[in-house]
Amino acid sequence: MKVSLGRRYRFAASHRLHNEKVSADENRRLYGKCNSPFGHGHNYVVEVTLAGPVDPATGMIANLGELDPFVEKEVIDAFDHKYLNEEVPEFQRLVPTTENVAREIFRILEKFPAAKLERVKIEETSKNSFEYCGRLERTGRTNE
Amino acid sequence: MVRITRKIEFSSAHFYNNPNWSAEENRRVFGKCANIHGHGHNYVLEVTVAGEPDPETGMVLDLKELKKILQREVGDRLDHRHLNYEVPELAGKIPTCENIAMMIWGLLEPKIKQGKLDRIRLYESPDLFAECVADSVASNGRQPSRGPA
Repeated sequence: MKVSLGRRYRFAASHRLHNEKVSADENRRLYGKCNSPFGHGHNYVVEVTLAGPVDPATGMIANLGELDPFVEKEVIDAFDHKYLNEEVPEFQRLVPTTENVAREIFRILEKFPAAKLERVKIEETSKNSFEYCGRLERTGRTNE
Repeated sequence: MVRITRKIEFSSAHFYNNPNWSAEENRRVFGKCANIHGHGHNYVLEVTVAGEPDPETGMVLDLKELKKILQREVGDRLDHRHLNYEVPELAGKIPTCENIAMMIWGLLEPKIKQGKLDRIRLYESPDLFAECVADSVASNGRQPSRGPA
């Protein structure tokens, strides 16, 4: 049996799905209303799963007293109430689909020192969610 | 292979204290969870059993049976209890979400006779959970097929 710890965080941000390398028509065809030039926004939910041994002294995989400030500083402060395309450096070269947001947040949270990051799941809306588990490339997408 | 999931809720009190540490150290590590007067949560437990549906009943495991097991092993043991004082299985352990989930896994696994305990997820709040997953699932994401008993 393998045990893990999951914690959910929230941020609200705007984005626009647009690929500079293809024509305006092709962007509209690819991204539909997500290509609207002024952008749109979501209330994102970030579910972070950490694995690793449970410390017998604390009974914990990770202390939320350390995890919460780390995620707050590294992710929430960087993403909340921002326009992802222009205010998060990674998305000046990558289309900020939620697949790419999940990978970027995974890359950031992999640096959390106290436990091993197992999965980042992002709910873009209550109907769409995206998961990234790192190098195994087990990216899943559910779309109602 | 089919997975079935059933939920049970229970409400319990707890606090975190490592008796080897000073009160100050406990407060530093555990924050407000170290308050010795305790606090409580409405826990939600999701239990998933995996197996092949029995051709006669169409069921992996009768959910009525699973409900009884969950009530006996989890509800009767933990609901409206103080986890630090009233649950012998947690004696000597800090009743974190991780430790409670692992204790519940140990209680349930031998009791599931049809199908196999696949995963449990214990929510302490909507934003915090611990999950236990069977080794076969954790290692390769696949469960060996298991016929009806």
